[in-house]
Amino acid sequence: MNLLFLNLVQTELYKIFRKGRSYIGFGAIAFIVIVIQIALFVDGESYLELGTQSLKDSFTFQGNLLNGYLSVFIILSSLWVHIPFLIALVAGDLIAGEAAAGTLRILLIRPISRTQIIWAKFTAVLIYVLAIVVFMAALSIGTGLLIFGEGDLFVMKDMLYIFDSSDALWRILASFAFSFLSMSMVASLAFMLSAVVDSSLGPIIMTMSIIIVFMIVSSIDLSIFRAVKPFMFTTYMGAWREFFSDPVDWHKVNTAVVALVTHIFIFLGFTTWYFKRKDILT
Amino acid sequence: MNATPIIQTTQLSKQFDKFTAVNKLDLTIYQGDVYGFLGPNGAGKSTTIRMLMSLIFPSAGSISIFGKELKDNREHILSRIGAIIEKPDFYNYLTALQNLEMLNKLQSARLSKDKLYEILELVGLKGREKSKVKTFSQGMKQRLGFAQALMHNPDLIILDEPTNGLDPQGVKDVRDLILKLNKEQGKTILISSHILSEIEIICNRMIIIQKGSKVVEGSVNELLSFNELHVSFEFEDDTKAFAFIKQHDFLTKKFIEVVHSRYHFNLLSTEVAQINKLFLDHGFAVKSMIPVRSLEDYFLNMT
Repeated sequence: MNLLFLNLVQTELYKIFRKGRSYIGFGAIAFIVIVIQIALFVDGESYLELGTQSLKDSFTFQGNLLNGYLSVFIILSSLWVHIPFLIALVAGDLIAGEAAAGTLRILLIRPISRTQIIWAKFTAVLIYVLAIVVFMAALSIGTGLLIFGEGDLFVMKDMLYIFDSSDALWRILASFAFSFLSMSMVASLAFMLSAVVDSSLGPIIMTMSIIIVFMIVSSIDLSIFRAVKPFMFTTYMGAWREFFSDPVDWHKVNTAVVALVTHIFIFLGFTTWYFKRKDILT
Repeated sequence: MNATPIIQTTQLSKQFDKFTAVNKLDLTIYQGDVYGFLGPNGAGKSTTIRMLMSLIFPSAGSISIFGKELKDNREHILSRIGAIIEKPDFYNYLTALQNLEMLNKLQSARLSKDKLYEILELVGLKGREKSKVKTFSQGMKQRLGFAQALMHNPDLIILDEPTNGLDPQGVKDVRDLILKLNKEQGKTILISSHILSEIEIICNRMIIIQKGSKVVEGSVNELLSFNELHVSFEFEDDTKAFAFIKQHDFLTKKFIEVVHSRYHFNLLSTEVAQINKLFLDHGFAVKSMIPVRSLEDYFLNMT
């Protein structure tokens, strides 16, 4: 990695963090996390009551069920569908936004290869995604533990799982790490569309549309949709939940990781190939 | 002198679907040239310049700059070129200085902050270094465009319609700067324009293109001396001027029309002083004399 590439990454990060739209994601996450935490603080007991109602005949619950870990799990479940839109807002603008503003020209007449420009921009957007995920993790875990304290985490999936508080934190951190991979895949999709389309809004809307359509298809349990599910990246984005099974289904996790990484490389590879040949007309 | 070609295109063509933007264009720019690239709007000037800067890839033909093929030596060649491509666009949310600092990081030889301030002063942006570009007029953006083009001390400067959006003082400043860069620092300069008079004043060689093809290329003096100027005269007292013109065969032959008391003639550049003297000798005080030569007129004479 040469110095010029590092400078390029630095300038791309500088551009990202000087734009107001880059902070929409942080603002939205902060707002939602705080609203959910306050709502759980005010009305969490009745929420738990509702969740455990059917189990009360068979189980007796003791201890701090409404704890920081449960609040983080609820936040993760609520937000993982919506964060892609916030990521697309920045990643989809990286090339198309510059093309629309005309600034791509002054960048491309510098003595830097187009491949380096693409990879530097993508590196910068990965750092942005990491910042978003770390911010979300730190804020939700921090506020959760501060407000509700520690406790065993109970998760109702296909069956009821109860994780000791000492066993819960690594699962939460692992699911955030997996979310980083999912969001990086979303970023690579938005970034690819950003290279193809010259309007600023186009790639953002297209990314959102693709994700919405894929998620709808993934959620409808029809045989025709079941056949295409393995080929849709949204199928693998929800694999963070596997960390809340006991034992963890590592085969599912690994398959999802391979699928997402493969998507990232395909999208980035196409972006590089396409952009190297693209006539800059704007 | 002028023996080393800096830019050479051979049969350069660019096709967009069925539209041919540039058609088998051969041009040669020598070291030390201030080379005018002329053509009406849509003639293919910007497409050619974009190909020279590798923003657009040729459909056919080749480009050699500094004696090397552009497609194989892109980064090396671009490190020696400074350019303004069409309108200068910058990151509006950054200041003029921040824009330059950012671009400075992408050069192999980095400049100090003091040097960046110097460049901004050179282009007339002293005092506005820390203003956001979104507050700049088109003329100020054009000046910042010059700053980014000159900041790495390039050997070749490519300017696509550089006086667009500038006020008369700005146009003069740009002309003076181009001549200074050429004469004092020996820079080779390619300047595109659709205004013939602009090229006539500052360029030593020029090419005219139309519909993507070369019409003519050569020395500005040689090319323009073959063609007549359109000159209008205004007299202190023109009551007898028309009769006087009709009495002289030479004047009658060169005379076109009278519009709002201005007498229009078609003259070779060598005839302008001669006709002026003729009027003065016969008691017609010339109040003003305005030469007008449009690109359109030039084309009409060429074809």
